[in-house]
Amino acid sequence: MPSSFKLFFQAVQARTYPRIAWLFRSNSWMIQETVLPVLAVSAFAFAYRAMNARPELTGYIVLGAAMTTFWLNVLWGMGAQLYWERDSGNLELYVMSPAPMTAILTGMAIGGMTTTIIRATAITVAGVLLFDVPINPSSWWLLVLGFGVTLAALYGLGMLFASLFLLWGREAWHLISVLQEPVYLLSGTNFPVSILPRAVALFASAIPLTLGMDAMRQVLFRTTGLFEVWIELSVLGGLAVVFFLAARRGLRYLERRAREEGKLTVRWQ
Amino acid sequence: MESPAIRTEALTRTYRKSRKRRWWWSRSKPEGDETREFVALDQVSLEVRQGELFGLLGPNGAGKTTLIKILTTLLAPSAGTAWVDGLDVVADAEKIRPIINMVSGGESSGYGILNVRENLWLFARIYGVPTAVAQERIDKMLGVVGLTDKATSRISHLSTGQRQKMNFCRGFITDPKILFLDEPTLGLDVTSARAIRAFVKEWMAEKPDRTMLLTTHYMAEADELCDRLAIIDKGKVLACDTPANLKRQVQKYPIYELSLAPGASSWDGVSKLPGVHSATATTTPTTVELKVSLLDEPAIGAVVQSLVMAGGRILTMKKVEPTLEDVFIELVGHGLSDEATAPQPA
Repeated sequence: MPSSFKLFFQAVQARTYPRIAWLFRSNSWMIQETVLPVLAVSAFAFAYRAMNARPELTGYIVLGAAMTTFWLNVLWGMGAQLYWERDSGNLELYVMSPAPMTAILTGMAIGGMTTTIIRATAITVAGVLLFDVPINPSSWWLLVLGFGVTLAALYGLGMLFASLFLLWGREAWHLISVLQEPVYLLSGTNFPVSILPRAVALFASAIPLTLGMDAMRQVLFRTTGLFEVWIELSVLGGLAVVFFLAARRGLRYLERRAREEGKLTVRWQ
Repeated sequence: MESPAIRTEALTRTYRKSRKRRWWWSRSKPEGDETREFVALDQVSLEVRQGELFGLLGPNGAGKTTLIKILTTLLAPSAGTAWVDGLDVVADAEKIRPIINMVSGGESSGYGILNVRENLWLFARIYGVPTAVAQERIDKMLGVVGLTDKATSRISHLSTGQRQKMNFCRGFITDPKILFLDEPTLGLDVTSARAIRAFVKEWMAEKPDRTMLLTTHYMAEADELCDRLAIIDKGKVLACDTPANLKRQVQKYPIYELSLAPGASSWDGVSKLPGVHSATATTTPTTVELKVSLLDEPAIGAVVQSLVMAGGRILTMKKVEPTLEDVFIELVGHGLSDEATAPQPA
């Protein structure tokens, strides 16, 4: 048997593969995932223009649209994924295998990140070119760091959702709906989050998307945000670690409960 | 003495039927809100020896799949204990997983976007099988099940039977020490099922320490493949022995069937011969079918002699062996095809 470290990476590679394959084999994603979000961005962009708003606000919504794709991927591609895997009969094969479930979730996260980065890049490029967004980052390195830490925190949260949703089953769909639209509002997808009341903004900071977008907007457009960039990135780094550890612990606990309650497999299988 | 590959002791699993959720504002308890339990496995004690091909025979809802799910660490027992390769299925689940694999007939696992080869590679990788070894085994297994020409087809384009064959391959590619096959030939055509049975025998013969637990409700399959088998119904093991011994249990006396040329009444005195338990005859337009039950097997010589001496012409003669179907009916009270109860979770 390979060492557990080696097996972890082999399992990550295996579970990343279907998502990367999807990127190259699915023909319709470019229209669904790029053109449609750009249309949504256009509505807000024209509204801002009609109000003679600062041009960087258009940049805010372009970035918001790009980052929203990650949030949707975390909810549907991570949170709900184990539930789907169970219905298709894959989950029991993963659980029965010697590979740790954290490796399977990491593979899902890396695959999801890769495909979503391409989608988000397409949206950003289209948005920037169409609406002439003024990009003037204070530091490219800080931007890349902010983006990386945001993704780590977001997908850590996704891994936590995946284990919770496995136990909640169908009720998880309701939670996903609850987490979708309100998060767009709380995280300031289409506006600067700093205009929210301070208490609401603080509450919203627990969502990695909020601080991640705010930090990247500050770096990209040299504006002020909710907190200093380094504070926001530190909090995001902390959230990433907390979410990952909670997901790991949660997975062990929930796998044990799911085995006891017979929820790892669907009964007709 | 060698420890058994699989052992269960008073293994029990109950499923709780889900209750309706009650909120704090629900004042009264709704009707039918009582917790109901269904016993899928009831005090099952079994032992499967290393190197054995052990069968579980039972109707739908008998508890076969529940037992396999417990042994493959997917389900926790409600009571009792089970060991796989000497390891406890609850406490040592992580140590058991590298040495086992399972294939379920009718499973729909895999990713439609990937082709057959890629899917098999993926499930080999999570067992740490190196890519080169996995590809070699994939080629071999696809040849066994006749799917070589579909290796690069996306599984979303496969028929149900082809998908089942692919899943059969998946179970063998990790070269498990203990393999669980849950209805592997369910719904497959005769030729494919035969090829799979032949491969199962060959695979078991290849390495003597391999163990296989097979569930099926095809009597002939169980009879052909299994060294020993357990008959299970409503969560209980009703009998466990070799197919030959099980059949022997239901046949108290050896039975011979003789086909005689028509017109002769030579069989009249057969039932009175010493060593004969009973004799019954059925007349057809072309033959007289004589069924003789013997107290003492050598008495068949006297039966034949008596028939010939009385002018009878024996066309054919054969010893009647009881089938597993007879054993099953004797133990369960009905055949597999006429199950009395509706399927329950298993």
